[in-house]
Amino acid sequence: MLASIRQLGQYGIDLISALGRAGNIWWQAIWRRPRLANAHLVFRQIYQLGVLSVVITVLSGFSIGAVLALQGYNQLVKYGSESALGLGVALVLVMEIGPVVSGLLFAGRAGSAVTAEIGLMKATEQLSSMEMIGVDPLQRIVAPRLWAGFISMPILALMFSVVGIWGSSVIGVDWLGVYEGAFWSAMQDGVDFKSHVLKGIIKSVVFGLIVTWIAVYQGYEVEPTSEGISRATTRTVVHSSVAVLVLDFFLTLVMFNF
Amino acid sequence: MQMRTIEIVVGAFMLAGLISLAVLAIRVSGFNVGAEANTYSVFAKFENVGGLVVRAKVSIAGVIVGQVAEISLDQESFSALVRMEIDSDVAELSIDSTAAILTEGLLGGKFIGLTIGADEAYLKEGSYISDTQSSIVLEDMIGKFLMKQF
Repeated sequence: MLASIRQLGQYGIDLISALGRAGNIWWQAIWRRPRLANAHLVFRQIYQLGVLSVVITVLSGFSIGAVLALQGYNQLVKYGSESALGLGVALVLVMEIGPVVSGLLFAGRAGSAVTAEIGLMKATEQLSSMEMIGVDPLQRIVAPRLWAGFISMPILALMFSVVGIWGSSVIGVDWLGVYEGAFWSAMQDGVDFKSHVLKGIIKSVVFGLIVTWIAVYQGYEVEPTSEGISRATTRTVVHSSVAVLVLDFFLTLVMFNF
Repeated sequence: MQMRTIEIVVGAFMLAGLISLAVLAIRVSGFNVGAEANTYSVFAKFENVGGLVVRAKVSIAGVIVGQVAEISLDQESFSALVRMEIDSDVAELSIDSTAAILTEGLLGGKFIGLTIGADEAYLKEGSYISDTQSSIVLEDMIGKFLMKQF
């Protein structure tokens, strides 16, 4: 009985100290004066995290847009309002599916890579050797990845939405024969830049931050064995996917006036 | 990979992001810059605006000529004060025009329909439309109908 209570307290303290360490990593890496000399490292990371995720993002965006058009058309045509197809697909993509699904893809494609890379650096003592020769790994390894996630994620989400809307117009207009003028004008009428597009972008920025933060933390705190790296990578994908979905709920709650 | 190549690819990536943003802004949300400057405000008081929302359209003969910019309560007469922004192109609306709150289709949203009068003087920035017809509230109609029955 006493042992289990002690165990529970231990969990609580571990959790809080883990949060503290994660916060410290973030604080040290981001808020310490950013060094312009490290800009080329940020570029390299944007390439690794962002550019290499473009193909998967564009492919998924197109498929999701196409599926939304097919399913939406099936329901809307019953009420004779298939001209609202463009509006529905655009709203859903811009506000929810664009940021969320590209966030999940980003977690799987980029977050796991970051964790594995930093984890391996830690396991092979590269991080401590860096500290030994006077290079701060938080500034040289962690900060560029956090910045890169912060910059790439909104771009990926925007691409996802645009390609998705294009996919839905290919299916809806060219294939199912929704009238093209109504498709686009209903969309332009109903989608507002400030209250829909901008809020989607805010969401994707938050997701980019949280996913790279979790990935970097898991890599930094890895148990330096091959098993440990595999566990940390799994944890990154699981934790950041859950974080994206839960945060999406709360962001929607706050931003869309409920 | 060479640093130079990475810079070019990353630049292209960011450019693609900006283009996506532009597409979303212009093609999807119909965002046009400086459109607000080309309107003038006209006010109207309604007994009841039930269901009218900001950004609802203002139309003449079914053609959209502006939108509802603001709805507030007039503290003196306790009626609803609606500010409409009318496109400057539509300048010659006579001052005795009437404004009515109408419903789009059976289940559609509310909008304001303007009917043009015959006066030679025109509505301008800040003028009031005096002849208004309020939103039809279904509950009131049912109430009146029941009163007639008994």
